[in-house]
Amino acid sequence: MSKTMHDAGCADTPDDEMKQEVTESSRFKTWLAGTKDPYIGHVEIKRPEEEPVKEEIPIDERLKEKVQIREDVYAYSGEGFLSKYRILYRIAAVVFCLLLVATLLLTVSYMPKTGSATNPVNNEVPEKYIEEGLQDTGATNIVAGMILDYRAFDTLGESHVLFVATITVIILMRIDKKKKMAGDTDPETKEQAEINDRIYEPKNDAILQFAARFLVPLIMIFGIYVVLNGHLSPGGGFSGGAIIGAGLILYLNAFGFEKTERFFTEKTFKRISFVSLAFYALAKCYSFFMGANHLDNHIPKGIPGHILSGGLILPLNIAVGCVVACTMYAFYALFRKGGF
Amino acid sequence: MCILLGFLVVCAISVSFSKNLLNSILIYMSFSLIMSVIWILLESPDLAITEAAVGAGVTSVLFFVTLKKIQQIIHTPAQEGDHREDEGKEEVHNEQNNA
Repeated sequence: MSKTMHDAGCADTPDDEMKQEVTESSRFKTWLAGTKDPYIGHVEIKRPEEEPVKEEIPIDERLKEKVQIREDVYAYSGEGFLSKYRILYRIAAVVFCLLLVATLLLTVSYMPKTGSATNPVNNEVPEKYIEEGLQDTGATNIVAGMILDYRAFDTLGESHVLFVATITVIILMRIDKKKKMAGDTDPETKEQAEINDRIYEPKNDAILQFAARFLVPLIMIFGIYVVLNGHLSPGGGFSGGAIIGAGLILYLNAFGFEKTERFFTEKTFKRISFVSLAFYALAKCYSFFMGANHLDNHIPKGIPGHILSGGLILPLNIAVGCVVACTMYAFYALFRKGGF
Repeated sequence: MCILLGFLVVCAISVSFSKNLLNSILIYMSFSLIMSVIWILLESPDLAITEAAVGAGVTSVLFFVTLKKIQQIIHTPAQEGDHREDEGKEEVHNEQNNA
C-alpha cells in the first residue's frame, strides 16, 4: 500500500509504452513481476495532506528581534526634532534636580540638631516608653515592646497588608484550573515552561547546591533565632521572617520547584498565613473597639531576659514571622512562575 | 561614618548613570548593605537586620527575576566566550544559521 501511494505521488504520467499494449494478460504479468502497478493513472490515490508543522521560534531568535526593535527605536528617536527635545529635557531635568536638592538641604538646615535635649521629640511619650516599657511589657527589647504591645494594632494592619497583597496577585494571575491540569499532564508544555524558566541558568548547578547545603540550614536557624529572641535582642517577627524567606528562596534556586513543592505549596501558604493572622487578629483586635487603649490581660509577664517572658509578644512575633516568611517565598514564586 | 555616607551618595548617583540594568541592581544591593552598616552605627540594629534581609536580599532577587522575565539580561559577544555553556549555544546558533 505504501509503495502504491509513493508511486502515485511521484509519477503522475505513466509510461507510454505500457499504455500501448493494454491486454488483460500482459497487465496481470506485469503486475505479477512487480515491475509496474496497473492501477497507476487509473485509480485515484491521493497522498494525505501533511499538517503544516508549526515551527517554534527559539528563544534566541525572539531575543534578537527584541534587540533589533529596541535599536530601531533608539535610532529613530535620535533624529531631528526629537534630539533637540532630548537636550532640552536633559537640561530641564538637571535644573529641576538641583532645585530639589537645594530645597531639601534648606529644609534640613532648619531642623534641630540631632540628640539635643531641647528637641521637640523629647517629650513625655518616649520618656514613658523608655522608663516604663520594661515594666509594662516585660520585653527587654523596647522596640519589640512598642510595636507588639503598645502599638500592636499598627503591626496587625502591616502584617495583613502583606497577606492581602499576595492574595490579590494570586487572584489576578489565577490560571484556569482545566488549563493547568492539561499543562501538568502534557510533558511538552511542561518542558517548554522549564526551558523558558531557565534561560540563563544551568539546572542543578553543582556550586550553588553545595553552597546551599551549608548555607540554608544556617540561614534558617539564624532566622528562627531572630524571631524567637525578638523580645530580648534586636530583631523580631519581620526581620526574622524575611531571613527565613530568603533562605527558602535560596533553597528553591538551588534545588528547583520539585523539591520545595514537597513541603511548601499554595495550600501550605494559605493555611500558615490564615492561622497566624487569625491568631494575631484574635489577640489584638480589641484595640479597635477600645479606641486603641490598652487592655489588662492576665498573661504572666515572666522574668525579663528569659525566653518565656513578655506575655503575648513571643507568640505574636512567631505569627508575624510565619506570615512574612510565607509572603517572601510567595512573592518570589509568583514573580518566577506566576504561581506555586 | 562620613566615608559611608559618601559611599551612599556615590552609589545613588552611579545607579542612575549605569547603562546596564544588571549593574544598577548590583549597585543597589551594595547601597542597601552600606545602609545596614549605617543603621548599626546609628544604634538601631533592628532596622539593620531588616535592611540587610529585605533591601540587599529579597528585593534584589525579585529585581533579578523581573529582569530575566522581561529578557533584559542579554549576553554580549564579549561575555559569551567566558562560559563553556555559552560556547555550546553559539555553536548551535551557527549551525542554525548555516542550515
